[in-house]
Amino acid sequence: MTRPGTRTETMPGAASAGGQPMEGQDPPRDLKAEEARLRKVWNTPGGWRYWTSVNNSEIGLWYGATAFIFMLFAGLLALVVRAQLAVPQNDLISADLFNQAFTLHGTVMMFLFAVPIFEAVAIFLLPPMLGARELPFPRLSAFGFWSFAIGGVFVCGSIFFKAAPNAGWFMYAPLATDKDYAGIGADVWLLGLSFIEVASIAAAVELIVGIMKCRAPGMRINMMPLFAWYLLIVAGMILFAFPPLIAGDILFEMERMFDWPFFDAARGGDPLLWQHLFWIFGHPEVYIIFLPAIALMAMIVPTFSQRPIVGYSWIVLAAVGTGFLSFGLWVHHMFATGLPQISLAFFSAASTAVAIPTGVQIFVFMATMLAGRVIFSVPMLFGTGGVAIFIIGGLTGVMVALAPFDWQAHDTYFIVAHLHYVLIGGMLFPVVAGIYYYFPLVDGKALSDRLGKIAFWLMFTGFNVAFFPMHLTGLRGMPRRVFTYPADIGWDWLNLISTIGAFVFAAGVGVVVIDILRPKKRQPDVKPNLWNAGTLEWLAEPKESWGVRSIPIISSRYPLWDQPDLAEGIKQGRYYLPDAKEGLRETLVTSVLDAKPIQVLRVGGTSMVTIAAAILLGGVFIAMTFHLWTLTILFGLGTLIAILYWLWTGTGAIPEAKEKDVGLGLSLPIYVSGPASVGWWAMFITMVGDGTAYGSLLFGYFFYWTIHDDFTAGLAGPGLVWPLAGSALFLASWVLMLMARQANERDRTSLTRMLLSASMLATLIGALAAFLGPHRYGMDPTVHVYPAIVWVLVGWLMVHAAAGLIMQGFCLARSFAGRMSAAYDMDIRNVTLFWHFLTVTALTTLPVIALFPLAR
Amino acid sequence: MQSALDPAGVEAQAVYWLFWICVIGGAIIWVGVMAVLFYAGRGGREAISQKAGQRIILIGGVLFPTVVLAALLSYALWLMPTVRPVTAQANSRLTLDVTSEQFWWRIAYPPEGDLPGFETANEIRLPLGERVGFRLHAADVIHSFWVPALGGKMDMIPGRTNFLSLEATRPGLYRAPCAEFCGTSHAVMGLTVVVMEQSAFDAWRKAQAQLQPVAAASGTAPRPATGNGPVVAADQTDRGQDGLAIFQRHGCAACHALRGTTAQGKIGPDLTRLGERATLAAGALPNTQEALAAFIRNPQKAKPGALMPAFPMIPPEELATLADYLRASP
Repeated sequence: MTRPGTRTETMPGAASAGGQPMEGQDPPRDLKAEEARLRKVWNTPGGWRYWTSVNNSEIGLWYGATAFIFMLFAGLLALVVRAQLAVPQNDLISADLFNQAFTLHGTVMMFLFAVPIFEAVAIFLLPPMLGARELPFPRLSAFGFWSFAIGGVFVCGSIFFKAAPNAGWFMYAPLATDKDYAGIGADVWLLGLSFIEVASIAAAVELIVGIMKCRAPGMRINMMPLFAWYLLIVAGMILFAFPPLIAGDILFEMERMFDWPFFDAARGGDPLLWQHLFWIFGHPEVYIIFLPAIALMAMIVPTFSQRPIVGYSWIVLAAVGTGFLSFGLWVHHMFATGLPQISLAFFSAASTAVAIPTGVQIFVFMATMLAGRVIFSVPMLFGTGGVAIFIIGGLTGVMVALAPFDWQAHDTYFIVAHLHYVLIGGMLFPVVAGIYYYFPLVDGKALSDRLGKIAFWLMFTGFNVAFFPMHLTGLRGMPRRVFTYPADIGWDWLNLISTIGAFVFAAGVGVVVIDILRPKKRQPDVKPNLWNAGTLEWLAEPKESWGVRSIPIISSRYPLWDQPDLAEGIKQGRYYLPDAKEGLRETLVTSVLDAKPIQVLRVGGTSMVTIAAAILLGGVFIAMTFHLWTLTILFGLGTLIAILYWLWTGTGAIPEAKEKDVGLGLSLPIYVSGPASVGWWAMFITMVGDGTAYGSLLFGYFFYWTIHDDFTAGLAGPGLVWPLAGSALFLASWVLMLMARQANERDRTSLTRMLLSASMLATLIGALAAFLGPHRYGMDPTVHVYPAIVWVLVGWLMVHAAAGLIMQGFCLARSFAGRMSAAYDMDIRNVTLFWHFLTVTALTTLPVIALFPLAR
Repeated sequence: MQSALDPAGVEAQAVYWLFWICVIGGAIIWVGVMAVLFYAGRGGREAISQKAGQRIILIGGVLFPTVVLAALLSYALWLMPTVRPVTAQANSRLTLDVTSEQFWWRIAYPPEGDLPGFETANEIRLPLGERVGFRLHAADVIHSFWVPALGGKMDMIPGRTNFLSLEATRPGLYRAPCAEFCGTSHAVMGLTVVVMEQSAFDAWRKAQAQLQPVAAASGTAPRPATGNGPVVAADQTDRGQDGLAIFQRHGCAACHALRGTTAQGKIGPDLTRLGERATLAAGALPNTQEALAAFIRNPQKAKPGALMPAFPMIPPEELATLADYLRASP
C-alpha cells in the first residue's frame, strides 16, 4: 500500500538501527512453528480466566468499555437534571436528589469517563502504533483498570443509596466539610476518586515509559505518530496535575475524619486553599481531556486527506505549549474570589494566550485538509462537526478569560454552555470519530456508515439545540446548580428548548450504542487497513494477540505509505523478535531519542495478582469511607502482601543468559538496570508525581504562613532539636544507602547487607525523631491549622520512610535469596533512586517546620 | 430584572458592550473558519502546496489570533480598574455590610450623621447614580453576591471580607441570585435590589433608621420610634397587638428581630417592615399573606434545608393574624 501524493516529510537515514531485513536466513525457518509459539505465549486465556488477562488489547478494551458505560450513566443523570429543569417550579425530583445528580454527573464525566477513556485508547493503540508487542508494565495496566472499575462502581453506586456526593464536583469547603450537609457522599467522592487518581497516575507512568522506551527501532522521537506525542504530553500533565488534588484530598479527608481545620476559617484555615489545589488540578484536567481528542484528530485527518500532516513540528510545539500554559490558568476559575486585580490580570492574559496554540492545532488540520483530497466519511463527519462546535466553545472561552466578562458569566448557564461546547466538541465528538475510525481494530468488523450518519446528525442538532440557548439563559441571570427557578423571568422557554435538545442528543448517543452492540457475526470482516492509513497500528491483526508479528525498523512518520515492503516483511517475521523460543513474553526496549534497540524486555503475563491487589486496595479505601479502621488495616496489610508477592515473583528475574539473539544479527541484553531500564524510569516518574503531591502540601504550609500575620497563632512549634536531629539521621541514611549501592557494585555482599541494615536503622530513628518534635511539644492538630499542617508534613515523611524501609527490607531479602549482585542490581538501584527523593523530602520538611516558626 | 443583557449599572453596561464586541467578532471568525472547512471538504478543488499550508498555519493560527487577542485583552485589562475602581473602598460615601447565610442575606446599613445604623435582610435599597460599596461576608459556607443588572459577582467566603462597589444608572427593582452553590436551597436564595432616586432613598433610610430595638423592660407593646414614618399604621389595630403577641408566644423572637419592638432575635432574618419587601424568604415566595402563612407552617417546602423549624401547631386564624401583622408591622 502506498500513499498517493508527495513524500515530503520523511527523515533521511533513519533505518540504520540494526540492519535491514534479510531475505534468507539459515538455518531455514519454520514460520508456522514460530507463529504457534508466539500464539501460545501471548495467548488470552478462556473461560473465567479471560478476566485475568493482562494483554494491552484486552485491558484497553475493558477499560474503554467501562469508561463508556460510566459516560452513559452520567448522561442519564444529565437527562434527569434536564427533565427537572424543563419547566419552572418543577417537583419531579427533590432538591437533594438534584444536587446529588449534578454532582455525580460532573464527577463521573470528568474522572470516570474523560480521562480514563484516553488511558484506555492509549493502552489499546500505543503498542501497535509504536511497533511494540506490549507496554512495559502490562500488569500495572491491568491493576490500573481493576482499580478504576472498582472505584468507579463504588462512586456511581452511591446514588442508589442516597449517599452520593452532593456538594458539586468541585467540592468547595466549607460546604463539603459540613457533615450535616455533605454526609458520607463527600467521603465517597474523596476516597473513591483518590483511588482512581492513583490508577490514573499508574497509567501515566506506564504510558510515559512505553512511549519513551518501547518504540520500534528507527522510530526516532521526531518520527513518532502524533498520537504518541500527545499522549506523552498528557501523561506528563497527569503527573503534575493529579498530585495537587491528591494532596488536597488528604487535607480534606483529615478535616472530615479527624477535625483538622485546614479549611475552617475559625481555626486559621482557609477555604481558598482547597480552591487553589483543586483548580491547579482542575484546569490542566481540561487539557488532559482535550489534547488526546486532538490526538485522535491528528491521526484521522491525515488519513482522510490521504497525505501526511502539514506542520508536524507546529502541532507538536503547539501541544507542548498548551500543556505548559494549562498550568498557569487555574485562577480564572477564581476570578470572583476577590483576589487582587493584578493577579487577575496575569491569569487573564495567560488564559487568553492559550487560545493561540489551540488555534495552531486547528489550523494544522485545516491546512492538511487543504493540501490533500478529503474523503468525507463518518469519522471525518464527527471530527469536523466536533471542530465546528469546539470553536464556539473556544471563542466563549476567550470571553470568559476576560475578567470583567467572567464576573458576569461566572457560575451561570453561560459557563455550562461554554464548557459543554469545549468538552463535547473538543472531546466527545472526536472520541466518537475515533470509535468509528478504529473499531475495525477491535475484531475486524466495521461500524455502520448509515447509523453513523444518523447518530451524527442527531447528536449535532441535539447538542446545539440543548446548549446554544444556555448562553442566553446564563446572561439572563440563571445561576448554575439550581434545582428550580421562578416562572416569568425569561428562562422558561429557553430551558424547555434545552431539555428537548438534550433528549435528541441522547437519542444520537443511543444510536452509537446500538451500532456498537448490534451483532456483527454475519457481517464480513473488513479488509486490513480499510481507510488506507499510514501508521503502524493498521497492521495489527485483531484475531491474533501477539500484537505485531515481528518488530519492524521504521524510517518514516507514515511507514505504511513510505516503506512499501514493510507490511509483508513484518508478516513474514523478517524483523526483530519473530519467535518466542523461551516461552516468555518479550518486547524491545529502545533508546529515548533515537530508538536504538538496547534490551529485550520480558514483560509480565496473565496473572491473578493484579486483580487481587486492586480488590484489596479498593477494600482499604472503601473500609476507610465507613470508618471501619480494623478492616482498613487488614486490607492495607493484604495490599502490601499482594504487591510484595507481585514484585518478588514478577520483577527482576535473573535470565538464563546475558544476551539474546533478537534477529537480523543483533544480540541484546536481557537484564539491564539503572537509567537504561524501564523500571528505573518508572520509579523516577512515579517519584516526580509523588514529589508534586509533597510540594502541594508544602505549598499549603507556606500558604498559611503568608495569609496570617502569625501563622503559629502563638502555639508551640516542634522545636529545633528533634527536627534537626531527624534531618541529620535522614542524611545519614542516604549516605549509607549510597554506600550500600557501591558495595553491591563491587559484589561485597555482606558489607552491602550491613550498610543496608544501618541505613534502615538511621531511617527508623530519623522517622521517630520527626514524630517526636510535634509530639513532645504537644501540638494538637484539631486546635488550629498550624499544628495540623505540621502534622500532615511529618506524617507524609513518616509514611515515605516506612515505604522506604519496606523497600530496603525487600533488597535485603533479595540479597539473602541470592538474587542481588553486581550484575543484577535493579532493586538496589531503584531503591537508591527512591532514597534521593526521600532525602529531599526529609531535608525540606524538617528544617522548614523547625526554622520557619522563628521567621514568623 | 435579573439580566446582564438589560444593564442598569456602570459595570453591567461596560460588560454589555464587551459582550457584543466578542459576539460579533466571534461570529465572523466562526463563519470564516467554517467556510474554509467547507471549502477544504469539497471535491474537485486544487490541493494547496505544503508551503502554502504552513503559511496558513502561521497566519491563521498564530499571527491573526495574537493580534486580535492582544487588542481584546488590552481593552479588558483597561476595563477592570475602570468598572471596579480600587479607590472605591476608601471613597464610597455609603458602604453596606452584607453577610450571606444559608439561605438568606443579612444587610447592615451604617450610621450616617444623626441617623443610627440598622440591620435588615434580603432586600437592599440603593440610591441612583452613586457608587455604593459592599463589604461581603459569609457566615457559614461560600456564597456569591451578584446583581446581574448592575454588575458582576463577588464571592462571599468565610474568614474573608471581599469588597465590591456598584453604581446604578437606572431606577428599578432587580433580582439577584446567590451565584455560588451553597447547599440544598441554593436555588431559592435570592436578593432584591431596589434602586431609588436619592430623595426617596434618603426618606426610606431615615424611616428604617428610626426603628431601633426596644429594651425588654419597656413591655411587649410595640412602640413607634420617634419621628413620623408610615410605620405606626400597624399599631393602630388590635390585630397588630394580637399579631405581636402570637409572634412572641411562639418564640419567633428567639430568632427574628422586629425593630421597634422587643423582638431582637439575631439568628434569622430581621423582619422589620417585611411588608415593603418584594419577596418573602429571600426570593423564595411572593409577598402575600397566604405565602407567608404557608411558609411559617412548613418552611421546608419552599426552602428545603432551611434552619427555621416548622410551626404546624399554630392555628390557621392565628397564622393569618400573624402574617397580616408581619406584613404590616414596624
